[in-house]
This record gives sequence, structure tokens and C-alpha cells, in this order.
Amino acid sequence: MSSVAVKKGLGASVWEYLTTVDHKKIAHLYLGTGGFFFLLGGIEALFIRIQLMKPNNNFVNEQLFNEIMTMHGTTMIFLAAMPILFAFMNAVVPIQIGARDVAFPFLNALGFWLFFFGGMFLNLSWFLGGAPDAGWTSYASLSLRSEGHGIDFYTLGLQISGFGTLISGINFLATIINMRAPGMSFMRMPLFTWTTFIASALILLAFPPLTIGVFLLMFDRLFGSNFFDVTMGGNTIIWEHFFWIFGHPEVYILVLPAFGIFSEIIPTFSRKRLFGYSSMVFATVLIGFLGFMVWAHHMFTTGLGNVANAIFAIATMAIAVPTGIKIFNWLLTMWGGSIKITVPMLYALGFIPSFVIGGVTGVMQAVAPLDYQLHDTYFIVAHFHYVIIGGVVFGILAATHFYWPKMFGTKLSEKMGYVTFTLFFIGFHCTFFIQHFLGLMGMPRRVATFLPGQGLELGNLISSIGAMLMAVAVIILLFNVVITSIRNKKVGADPWEDGRTMEWAIASPPPFYNFKQTPLVRGLDTWWLEKMEGKKELTPAEPLGDIHMPNNSIIPFFISLGLFVAAFGAMYNPLNSVGDGKSWGLPVLIIGLGITFGSMLIRSLRDDFGYHIHKEDLLEDDKGGKVG
Amino acid sequence: MNAEERYTPLNWPDHPETQTLEGKNKFLGFWLFLAGETVLFASLFATYLALKDSVPDSSHPLAKDLFNLPLVFAMTMILLTSSITSVYAIYHMRNYHFKKMQAWFVITVLLGAGFLALEIYEFTHYVHEYHFTFGSSAFSSAYYTLVGTHGAHVTFGLCWIIALLVRNAKRGLNLYNAPKYYVASLYWHFIDVVWVFIFTVVYLIGKVG
Ligand code: HEM
Ligand SMILES: [Cu+2]
Repeated sequence: MSSVAVKKGLGASVWEYLTTVDHKKIAHLYLGTGGFFFLLGGIEALFIRIQLMKPNNNFVNEQLFNEIMTMHGTTMIFLAAMPILFAFMNAVVPIQIGARDVAFPFLNALGFWLFFFGGMFLNLSWFLGGAPDAGWTSYASLSLRSEGHGIDFYTLGLQISGFGTLISGINFLATIINMRAPGMSFMRMPLFTWTTFIASALILLAFPPLTIGVFLLMFDRLFGSNFFDVTMGGNTIIWEHFFWIFGHPEVYILVLPAFGIFSEIIPTFSRKRLFGYSSMVFATVLIGFLGFMVWAHHMFTTGLGNVANAIFAIATMAIAVPTGIKIFNWLLTMWGGSIKITVPMLYALGFIPSFVIGGVTGVMQAVAPLDYQLHDTYFIVAHFHYVIIGGVVFGILAATHFYWPKMFGTKLSEKMGYVTFTLFFIGFHCTFFIQHFLGLMGMPRRVATFLPGQGLELGNLISSIGAMLMAVAVIILLFNVVITSIRNKKVGADPWEDGRTMEWAIASPPPFYNFKQTPLVRGLDTWWLEKMEGKKELTPAEPLGDIHMPNNSIIPFFISLGLFVAAFGAMYNPLNSVGDGKSWGLPVLIIGLGITFGSMLIRSLRDDFGYHIHKEDLLEDDKGGKVG
Repeated sequence: MNAEERYTPLNWPDHPETQTLEGKNKFLGFWLFLAGETVLFASLFATYLALKDSVPDSSHPLAKDLFNLPLVFAMTMILLTSSITSVYAIYHMRNYHFKKMQAWFVITVLLGAGFLALEIYEFTHYVHEYHFTFGSSAFSSAYYTLVGTHGAHVTFGLCWIIALLVRNAKRGLNLYNAPKYYVASLYWHFIDVVWVFIFTVVYLIGKVG
């Protein structure tokens, strides 16, 4: 453990990142890995769009198309969007509440490594006989009989990474409840903290049903059970329920943090307090609650009956109310504000109309009779990309620019940022707006090609061109990152000058102990308050004293590695329904679980009290010395 | 707060499990974890209820042919008793009676092991007498998954408590390990409550419902 300024060898840095339990370093890990998967999912999206550029195209064959389409969706949701949001939560939330770390630093690292190994496992399918091919929803009626091991990579990979997500969710909940600085009452928490809190609660309640769903599917395919096999008394609809009881809250797990990010950015660059703070909190909680009541809107055509369809239709439409409250609050925050246009603010401005379009098509789909027409067409694809890209990805890109200085101490080029935004915004609408009409004209979703002469050529071509524009935009963003890192021009604590919350009061990047003295929170927008009173620092809540810190540990890495190994054993166990079981299957399964539980045992048998940074060293650090 | 500090029964706090920040976090985090576990078991219960008695043909046994209430009743009593003994253990922890606490946890472990032995006997009995295996029908898969997941939790809980007992035998009680004992006992109670639901939903309703 040493402070940022110390130059170290590559090996030492790698070791540092493998063992770190510091939330700010874990944020880097999430951003790097999630960013990598985002590029991978993006390349898969490009392949889909190249294949669909013209009728009867033969760029990829049908099987490969199904695999690419499935992996695109699965990667984007589980391995890109969620982890990148976790990156910003880790980087910002503990500081926003005035904490030195999260409640469970060790579990924070464990959550990351589980996600990492789960994602790797899922993607190794490309090299080991083929990727999953039944869509990201993997309906059991289709996936049960899928040939090869693709679906097994899906069930096992999602189990591992799902545990990681669950652990992170619990960690954020406990952190936000227990670790707030004195004076930081719930109703003074910044909105990004609030949305992280609610999203974490959704994770806690929504991931177990997914875990059970993929567990049952794994048992059916690998260990001879019969949950979904109708000939043995099973029922495939159970999968659909579990998947969507998880799946709908999942979209709020993704979009609520994005809402939180925009709720930070808009007041910052309107230089005005967030309009309707308490209604914003209320709307967040209400969306989280209603999010659990609507899953069957994905199953209108399954045949649940008119009564069920009507109830779920109404519940779904109800969510538009709190969402509308939010939209108006953002607009009214800008109203009369002194608006400064920056790259993050541009994304916020682009987000509002884009997300509203996605919201409106969402309400259309909630009309059950209309959904019989829209279901499984490109209209759906257009809808969810409007909410997912217009909401979540815009939020991620905005946060990348907004929090980059806080995470890395340098500022991304605004000029290149404008270019990225413009290309991405145009490309996005070009790709997906036209898909509404393709869907209304009857183009089904998840098809590997279409026929000429049905009026679908032009729309698909436009859509593919839009995808290229987005790809160019992302390449420019990457270039921006590289240039910025090479220039390495350091910025101060409050690089946007108008920061309102506590993360902008401490150095960029923050020292590893965050706050020398725990701050005293005197109101909403803590840092803005202090600045307006002419203060240069936060008011401390305690005298300078020793700081207790947790030790680094390699054990999270090994716990996760063990599950990764065990997953191979489970997949090739002799009972598997693919019929290529190996005699080494069970031993490998047992060895893997042994590594996991053994590591857990070592963790609990050893005393680990952490260490203290002494007061004198903190004072020394002030004068430019290093805390070691 | 120095977690390793030595205490006497006089200065030992009333609620040692939540004295340190780590302890408070563990306490809260564990309750949250149990909320997740509750949803997990709720999902398994739902699956079981959806697939109860769903078999491919009439040669397969149903719930009413299968279950043996006296045996399951005995298992229930054993597990409930183990919950009480763990309450005693925590009572002694609060009074800083380390030896007594360890002794009551040992009794808890023995009872838990007894429960597990009977459960294993029950499963082998179904397999041998009725050919009711994990893969014989949707009903059997749902039954073994629900009850087996509970059994796996019992096994994990036993290993956990044993590890605590062994590692702290020489160290004695302090504010570092008190929260660990406390959450282990919470986990044990949770397992017990789940069993009460299994007893009702699977066995009682299965026999008479
Ligand atoms: C960045 C540009 C993107 C493009 C050009 C793109 C394009 C596509 C296309 C063409 C499909 C296939 C539709 C079908 O055949 O049914 C698709 C499916 C999907 N996409 Fe995207 N996408 C993009 C970004 C994203 C992002 C950021 C996410 C989520 C965070 C996402 C989530 C999904 C999901 C869940 C599916 C459904 C997969 C399935 O049917 O199983 N996409 N996308
Ligand atoms: Cu939904």
C-alpha cells in the first residue's frame, strides 16, 4: 500500500491490482474490464448490422448469427453496462457520503473477481465449441435442446458473475446505511448515492430468482433433472417467469444509476440546486418498487389470460408517472439556471428526448393487445435500445467524461468529446429510429437475414450505417483516452469548478484514505455550501487522528478462480445431456470447489485486523511526503 | 476501538456483536444477505409448488405415497432444538462465558449433524424403496432441489460453526470474533425457519393437502 505518486514496477502494479481492496482501484478494474466487454459487445453489434445490411446476405451463417446476437445482448447487459456503472459507484459513492471506504472492502474485491471470471468463462465459449445461441433470454423451450455447450457457458458464467453482482449490491447497501459521515442524513444524500442505494436493493431481490433460474437450467442440461422437460412433467413457463422477475428489475438496475448520474450533472452545469430533490428521491423509490410488479409485460403473448395481462398492463403504465416526475424535475433544474455546455452536459441534453422516445414506445408496448402485434419484432429492438443506449449508455459516456478527472487526475479532451457525442448521437438515432418502422412493417427480431422486395432494404441499410457512425464515435473516444493519458496533464480537486458534492472537495485522484478527517455534512450539496461560504475545505467532524485501513488480499482472486475451475468440471461431468462427459469432470468440479471453500476457510481462520496510518504520517503527506 | 483487547465479564459490553464498526457492518450486511436468501428459497418453494406431483405417468410416486411423517417430525424437533441451544450459546457470549458458549455451540453442531444424518437416510430410503431419484420426474427434481438446497445450507452452517469453534478455542472471546459467532447463529436460525416452511409446505401439505 502506498500513495499514488510512488513509481512502481509493472509487476508490483499488477500485484497491487490483483490484491487491492481499495474502492477507487476496484473502480479502475471495473471500468477497464467493463470497457473491454463493451468493445466486444460493440463489435458483435457491428457484425449483426453488417449481416443485416442487405437482403440474403452471407457475412455470417445462421448459427453464427444466433451466437453473435445472443452474446451481444448477454455481454452488453451483464458484462458491460452493469460493471461500468459499478465502476462509477465504486469511484464516487463512498466519497459522496464522506466515507473512507465501503463497508466490506474484501467483499468488494470478491464481487469484482467473480464478475471477471464469470465473464471470461462465458466468452471462452467462442473457443470451446461455440457460444450460447438461444438469445440473452435463453427461453428453456429453446435452450434445453441446444446442441453443444453454449448454453452451459451461459448458465455457469452467469451464476459466477451473478454472485459477484449480488455481493456488490449488499456491499453498497451496507455502505450507504452504515458509513455515512456525521450530518449526512438520508435526505441529504446526493442523487447518485440514492439511485445506487435503490439499484442495490433491486439487485438484492432480483438476482436470486435469476440464480435459481439458471441453476435449474444447469441441472436440467448437466445433471439429469426435469424442471423444464414437459415429457417428464416439467414446465418451461417457469423459466420465463424467473427470467423476467429478474429481467425487468434489471432494466431499472441499469437505468436508475444513469438517472443518478444525470441528476448530478444537470445541477452542476446549471449551477443550480436540483429541482424537487425530495420528489426525485420519492420517484426513485417508487420506480424501484413498481419495477417488481410488471415482469409479465414480457409475457403477454405467453397466454397468461386476460385478467393477468390487464393487471400487468396497468402496473406497467403506472411506472410512467414517477419517470415523468423525474423528466420534469431535470427540465425545471435547467430552467432559469446558468447553463454551461460541457461534454457531460451535452449527453444529459441528448438523454432527455432520447429516453422520452424510449419511454413512450414502452407505454405503447404495455398495451397488451397492441403488444401482440409488436412482440418479437424490430419495434421491440428499437424500444429497448432507446432506453438502454439513450438512458444507460449516454449516462455511462457522460459519467466517463464527468468523473474521469476524479478517477485518474486528468481531464478528457472536450473537443474530441464533442465529436464523439455528435457522431454517437446521430449514429444512435439513425440506427434505431428506423427500426420502429421496420418492426411495424413486420420484420421479426432475431432473424439472420431478410428477403428482397418486402420494403425492408432501405431501413436496414440506414440502420447499419448508423451503427458504423457509433463505432467511429467510440474509436474517437478511445483515442481521446489514449491522448489524455499520454499528455497526463494533472487537474485540481474541482476541475469542473462547479462541483457540488463531496467528491469534488478532495484531491483528484483522492488519497487512498479519502478524507484525512471525516467531514461534517451541513446540508444538501455539501461542498457547494462550503464554497459559497468562502471555505477552501470541508468542515471536519473529528480531530486529526490515526486512520484504520484494511489489508490487501489475494484471496478474493482465488475464491473466484476456484468457481471458474469448478464450472469446467460441472460442464464436462459424465451426466451432461450433450453426451461428451469426461471422466475428469467430477474431480475437476471437486477441486474447483475445494479451492473456493479452502480460500474462504483460510480467510476466516487467519486474524486480519488491518493496519493504522499514523497521524504524523498524515501530516507528513500534507507536505508532499508519502504515506507508505 | 481495539478489537483484540482482552475483556473481563465486568467491562464486556452488553451487545458485543455491534460494538465495532466492523461488527455493525457484519450485522447489517448479514441481515441483507438473509433477505437475498429468503428470495432464493421463495423461488425454490414456488418451483416446488408448481411442479408438485407432476410426473410423466402413474407409475411414479406422488407426495402422499412417499413421505414418512414420524421421521420428518423427529428431524424437525432436532433442528428446532438446535436453534434453542444456539440461543443459549449467544446468551453466554453476551455474558462473556466463553467455555459455556463453546459447549452450547458444540451441542448445536451435534444436533445439526443428527438432522443431516436423518436427511441422508431419508433420501436414500426414497431412492431405494421408491426409485424416486433426482431425475425420475419433474416432481422429484423439484423436491430434491428444494430440500437438498436446505441440506446444503445445514452442511455449510455446520462447517462454519466448527471452524469458528476450532479457530477460537485458544484465542477466547473478543470484539473481533464476537460478531462472527453472532452472525453464524443468525444463519443457523434462518436455516431453521426455512425448515419450518419445508415441513409445512412439503411434508404436511404433501401428506394431507
Ligand atoms: C452500440 C450500439 C448497438 C447496436 C448497433 C446494437 C444492435 C443490436 C442488434 C442489431 C440487435 C439484434 C436484434 C435482433 O436480431 O433481434 C441487438 C440486440 C440486443 N441488444 Fe444491442 N446494440 C447496441 C448496443 C446495445 C447495448 C449498449 C445494450 C445493453 C446495454 C444492448 C442490448 C441488447 C440486447 C439485450 C439485445 C437482445 C439480444 C437478444 O435478442 O437476445 N445493445 N442489438
Ligand atoms: Cu420489463
